[in-house]
Amino acid sequence: MTTLDTAPPAAPAAADVRARTARAWRTLRSSRTALVGLAVVGVHVLLALLAPLLTSYDPIANDPSHVLLGPSWEHWAGTDQYGRDVLTRVLYGGRYALGVSVVATVLAVALGTVIGCAAALRGGWFDDVLGRVLDAVLAVPSILALLVVVTALGTGSAVIVCAVAVVFVPQVVRVVRGAALAVVPADYVTAARARGEGTWSILRREVLPNIADVVGVEFAMRASWVVLLISSLSFLGFGADPPTPDWGLMVAENRTAITVVPMASLAPIIALATLVVGLNLAADGLSKAWGVDRIREGS
Amino acid sequence: MLAFVARRVAAAIGTLFLSSVLVFLALQALPGDVATQILGKDATPDAVATLRKQLGLDQPAWERYFDWIKGALHGDFGTSLVSGKPVGGEVAQYLANSALIAVVTILFAVTGSLVLGILAGLYRDRWADHLISTVSLVGMSVPEFVVATVLVLCFSVALPWFPAVVLYGPDASVGQLLPAVWLPALALAIVMAAYIVRMARTSVIDVMAGEYVTTARLKGLSTWRVVTRHALPSALLPTLHVIALNVAWLVGGVAVVENVFNYPGIGKLMLTSVQNRDLPVVQAVALISAVVYVVCNLAADLGAMALNPKLRTRGRT
Repeated sequence: MTTLDTAPPAAPAAADVRARTARAWRTLRSSRTALVGLAVVGVHVLLALLAPLLTSYDPIANDPSHVLLGPSWEHWAGTDQYGRDVLTRVLYGGRYALGVSVVATVLAVALGTVIGCAAALRGGWFDDVLGRVLDAVLAVPSILALLVVVTALGTGSAVIVCAVAVVFVPQVVRVVRGAALAVVPADYVTAARARGEGTWSILRREVLPNIADVVGVEFAMRASWVVLLISSLSFLGFGADPPTPDWGLMVAENRTAITVVPMASLAPIIALATLVVGLNLAADGLSKAWGVDRIREGS
Repeated sequence: MLAFVARRVAAAIGTLFLSSVLVFLALQALPGDVATQILGKDATPDAVATLRKQLGLDQPAWERYFDWIKGALHGDFGTSLVSGKPVGGEVAQYLANSALIAVVTILFAVTGSLVLGILAGLYRDRWADHLISTVSLVGMSVPEFVVATVLVLCFSVALPWFPAVVLYGPDASVGQLLPAVWLPALALAIVMAAYIVRMARTSVIDVMAGEYVTTARLKGLSTWRVVTRHALPSALLPTLHVIALNVAWLVGGVAVVENVFNYPGIGKLMLTSVQNRDLPVVQAVALISAVVYVVCNLAADLGAMALNPKLRTRGRT
């Protein structure tokens, strides 16, 4: 649609990419919400990456002589019941949360986008059958589906990534299919079909560039859901295994001692909440800046 | 219109059938034989074979599926591998306890969020709107276990008004459970309301910009009347759909919140049966959740039709 005016698919690849980046950057700058959200997420990524430089404590080593301390100059957020520095665990916890969530979201959105576009392009019985199956998958609560997969296959990061991807693919498919359906009747798609181009090449060169904004917003929004779901899973004891520094797990571990060292529970809560607020702000801002109607998407 | 209703109902039944197949396939495809799981790794092959026969695991999968679904239609979900009691009765007991939470949650969430959403929509871009929008964004961004933990800290520890954990089993009476319902319901309602508020706000803004609202205002109707006669019904329509979608989420959220409070509901049952690999119970819970989801969506669709004349007459033209 609008992308077509500034970046026709026939343009040389380099100029095409440059024009599109410039346009994306322009709209981004115009939306303060999106910028704030992306900045918050960026800070989280930086903190997680630089965790070993920012703190000298070990996130998993026990220290029985410094158990359940309140905030002090040595331990800014105090220590937990095993004497581990809470701030260190929160910083390292970002690595797990971000790593697993980003991989799972990329997988879910990529798969969902391909399937959704294919359904919109092909139509017919493929679309019908897919729609029915997705409805049936959506009818089972995602947390139950996740629990079943995790109990069956164990709690490794790879399993959680795949399980989360499977749970969220149907929702992405719905949104992307809706967006792609608006593009498919366009003349340039018909022209590409008439030229005899294959489904994959039409998808990549004609459809995808025109729904990139929808996919971008979808990514930011799904990422916030994935972070929440993975932390809930850890909280229930089905996610990260105990010594791992993970925010959901930390809340579960320190909840019983909440009256003694409230910071041990509050610090991971604050980290989790700010990350998700950042992602939500980014999704909101981007959808407003790019004119993607998230309400219509039924999610 | 009748044809429309019939088509929707048929589609819902089809979805349910597919869900039941998926649930069954997913659970039966789990690696790890149930018989070996129950008897432990050291069991003799003979004992495993006997138990497999007892559980009917030696029959082909499709035969077991039809046995299961036939029983399920009659309310018989088999026997629990852990307690040895009929699954149907057990699930019903837990489900009734959860229903108590669900009713309170939906009442809290819907009334609270509609009021806040309409306020935010009416006072668009003023401080009330900013405040409500910010709070709902934060509400969306914290998982249920965090809300529940904070509520416990405030209303069980700091102000000992409500119990932090439930000490009763699944057969507790409503009177025993009632004091323990409020905090879990509030935790769920806060998270749920965050989504509905945003929805209601957007639809109120849309409606208030409409020409018929301007007409109503020009007629000299009071703001209150304009809101109750025009804004509220129109805001209700899309909101209904969000509420239905949220019910599916509610089943998952209930699992988390009930475990925080040790509340004997369906979510607690879900988690313990997954932990114990009590397949008949997991299957029953999954199927019942799917039924709840599909029925709510159907109700929302039919409700939307009843409220929206455009949808109602589409079948006739």
